Amino acid sequence: MTAISTTGLTKRYPEVAALDDVSIRLEEHRIHGLLGRNGAGKTTLMQLLTGQVFATSGEMQVLGGTPVENVEVLSQTVFIQESQKYPDTFRASDVLRIAAGAYPNWDQAYADRLVEQYRLPAKRLIKKLSRGQLSAIGIVIGLAARAPLTFFDEPYLGLDAVARQMFFDDLLADYTEHPRTIVLSTHHIDEVANLLEHVVILDQGKVLLEADTDDLHDAAITVSGKASAVDAFLAGREVLERKALGSLATATITPRDGDELAAREAGLDLTQVSLQALFVHLTTANAASAADPAPSRAAA
Amino acid sequence: MLDESKPLFQAVAEQIEDGILDGTYAEDDPVPSTNQLAAFLRINPATAGKGLGLLVDAEVLIKRRGIGMFVAPGAREALRQRRKFAFQDQYIAPLLREAAQLGITPEELAGMITKEVAR
Repeated sequence: MTAISTTGLTKRYPEVAALDDVSIRLEEHRIHGLLGRNGAGKTTLMQLLTGQVFATSGEMQVLGGTPVENVEVLSQTVFIQESQKYPDTFRASDVLRIAAGAYPNWDQAYADRLVEQYRLPAKRLIKKLSRGQLSAIGIVIGLAARAPLTFFDEPYLGLDAVARQMFFDDLLADYTEHPRTIVLSTHHIDEVANLLEHVVILDQGKVLLEADTDDLHDAAITVSGKASAVDAFLAGREVLERKALGSLATATITPRDGDELAAREAGLDLTQVSLQALFVHLTTANAASAADPAPSRAAA
Repeated sequence: MLDESKPLFQAVAEQIEDGILDGTYAEDDPVPSTNQLAAFLRINPATAGKGLGLLVDAEVLIKRRGIGMFVAPGAREALRQRRKFAFQDQYIAPLLREAAQLGITPEELAGMITKEVAR
């Protein structure tokens, strides 16, 4: 079943189109990555999908309905926002108590365990917490809510490497035990790449790529070896990136059937492009095409 | 731990294959479940499942409904044959290419291999 689908979803502010003609489909019970540079539109998209801001145009279906002022949908949704604001007098324990009442599937024992694990000072005033501790509150709520639809917007800002790894392990373990739809937005891609089943890459408000991560090797590969052999291999093909050092070259291209055999015969190495590298290629190419709309082609 | 030059699910499948080849998983033994693999390798369960699925399709693993996946009888020998076949492409061809580039004759190369084996 589809958890989220949008068609031509657009959000325009007076100065800028924060989201421009976005059509995506996120299946339920998967971990989806929403990737993009700062200002790409990730947060705006999640705000639209949770009914916090209104679309300028376009359609969306969330858990079978519209999220806008729809209790049925919103009660099944948790949205952990990067810049969540709390009243000055609140302590961490107050926030967690409110969350416990707000989410129907809340697991208090699990929440208690997470609070201890992330060493959250529950009695301290929220405004005295560090950036990492604020992120930890979001993680506790996002996981313990067990909402059928869970949004995490840059959930681990300020967390150290140990706590980030803890979050990834907790997320994976709890998702395995309680399958649900998770949307994880981030610009730190390498760390989460292996957790994601499906990715949407946004850039300047538009969808650059939507794919299952297992299919990404169909999107780009890297070929490397002797520059002359690499260039012969590239003839007539669209090249995402080419770098050379002395007599060696490496190039990123869209793969075709038979590449593997041809590369081997030419003595070239073929490797899969990491999600992070693909992301950089696509967003850089997109920035360049704003100036020059024709994609670069190697001489035939 | 995983070969990052390949799609992740293929790397998962190869890691299980390595375990079968080196005897970590004997024939008729259970292999780790999708969820155990996902947690251990810190990857999405769907990817782990796809890796195991490749091995089921290749008849390296047998799925016993409700119990789990097991190493198929004869899987180790079949894998060995398949890897031997790939050995030529993956190791011998690049070795010869590099040797030719360095001006090492096939006879010299054979001598080097004999010497290395004796070490």
